[in-house]
Amino acid sequence: MMEKRHKILILDDDTDWLTLCREMLAALPSRPEILTANSGKRALSLLESEPVRLLICDLKMPRIDGLQILAIVRRRYPELRTVVLSGLEDEDFRSRAYALGVDLFWIKMEMQRNSKLFIECLESLLGRDDEPGFRGIQSKSLMDIIQMECLSRSSSVLRITRGPLVSKLWIQDGELIDAEAEGARGEAAFRRILSWKSGTFENLPAEPDHERLIMKPVNALLLETAQDIDEAANPITPESIEQSSHRKSIWKLSLLTREGADFVIAIPPEGMGEPEALGTQLVTPLVQWTRHAAALARRLGERLEAGPVMQVTGQNLERQVLVLEREERLFLVGWPVEATGNLLEKSRKLVASWDS
Amino acid sequence: MGFLKRFFRVRAGVQQLPTGTITVDRNGHIITSTVSSTYPKNFLRDIGRDVLELFSEARAAQMPLAEISLQFGSLHITARELRGGAIIFLFPQTALLPTPTRSRL
Repeated sequence: MMEKRHKILILDDDTDWLTLCREMLAALPSRPEILTANSGKRALSLLESEPVRLLICDLKMPRIDGLQILAIVRRRYPELRTVVLSGLEDEDFRSRAYALGVDLFWIKMEMQRNSKLFIECLESLLGRDDEPGFRGIQSKSLMDIIQMECLSRSSSVLRITRGPLVSKLWIQDGELIDAEAEGARGEAAFRRILSWKSGTFENLPAEPDHERLIMKPVNALLLETAQDIDEAANPITPESIEQSSHRKSIWKLSLLTREGADFVIAIPPEGMGEPEALGTQLVTPLVQWTRHAAALARRLGERLEAGPVMQVTGQNLERQVLVLEREERLFLVGWPVEATGNLLEKSRKLVASWDS
Repeated sequence: MGFLKRFFRVRAGVQQLPTGTITVDRNGHIITSTVSSTYPKNFLRDIGRDVLELFSEARAAQMPLAEISLQFGSLHITARELRGGAIIFLFPQTALLPTPTRSRL
């Protein structure tokens, strides 16, 4: 049987760059078919007529730029893998691109300097299926990844990202010496990290001078944590159910207090359960407003072709509120008006930690 | 040979994003606008109507709001309540323009 060749579309207004990319991508082991477009309009035409697997897109282009294209393709072609290849070394653009759901963001100069790694990343993206697991190593749980790192007696820092949550594991000569996640350190942080089911990870250089806070052998810790996760997933008695739900409520309240939020309401889709509210009695009208605001924003975004709704926010003299969507649920997060810091980022973290 | 292409050509159909400011009265009528005149008026009316609806429903939910922002992948809409009407700022999120100054949220 003939092996299926994927198609890659490169979008950039610089034709010399397109030629260079085409030559570079010829080195991909799976020999994909390379298509090129020098304008957003041309790229959208090609996407309509060709089954493209991966789009590599520049950001700064005349007329329709990369962010607009990404917003459009994310809605029209949710299965399409997307990579941003930009000359702009700007954290804001990077985070906006990731917020639009791109799989990778590379700076052009870095890509030329590190072309082998770039090719490997693309090859991995082309072959990746929609399975849970950690990006880069298919269908491997975090436990597997940690065991692999420790068995190879390596020294490194694993940086794990799950949405807005970032955590770190310090491994020194094959031993786990510390972990950091959601404000926790040591074993507590390690347990939280292991409950994550998906995310991305990267290897950072080792930090041999990092303070050791975890003394237990990694295998013992992995075993204990696996037992905890199993027990949480399969509560056996009514008491253990009650205990677990009580523990969760305490955990959520402490999250709310730690971050300084006024209230959080988690709202499932209609007919799929009851909303869960902490910190407010005014649940029903707020749930109605939140549902309506999200539906209205979605409709407006589609009509204006403005891309997916990232968030809806509102404020008055007393309060600031934020509507976020996560895994089919809506969250309304309320903050006092005097709350400081990046409230959007804080709300995302709160929401991401809600069920973990 | 190009004759059929005139009828069957694939159109990308990309819509321009609005940039500028509009003010709407309490009935949703557009009072002033700095958005390009080529941008469809009915879309601007939709924006005005939806924003007023969000303000009035927030009041009904006992959470009156003075400002509402809708952040889309490529467009940011910020609306301030103005005596029952609203002033609405439309910023396309493009790499060609500087990031608009964000409020705290």
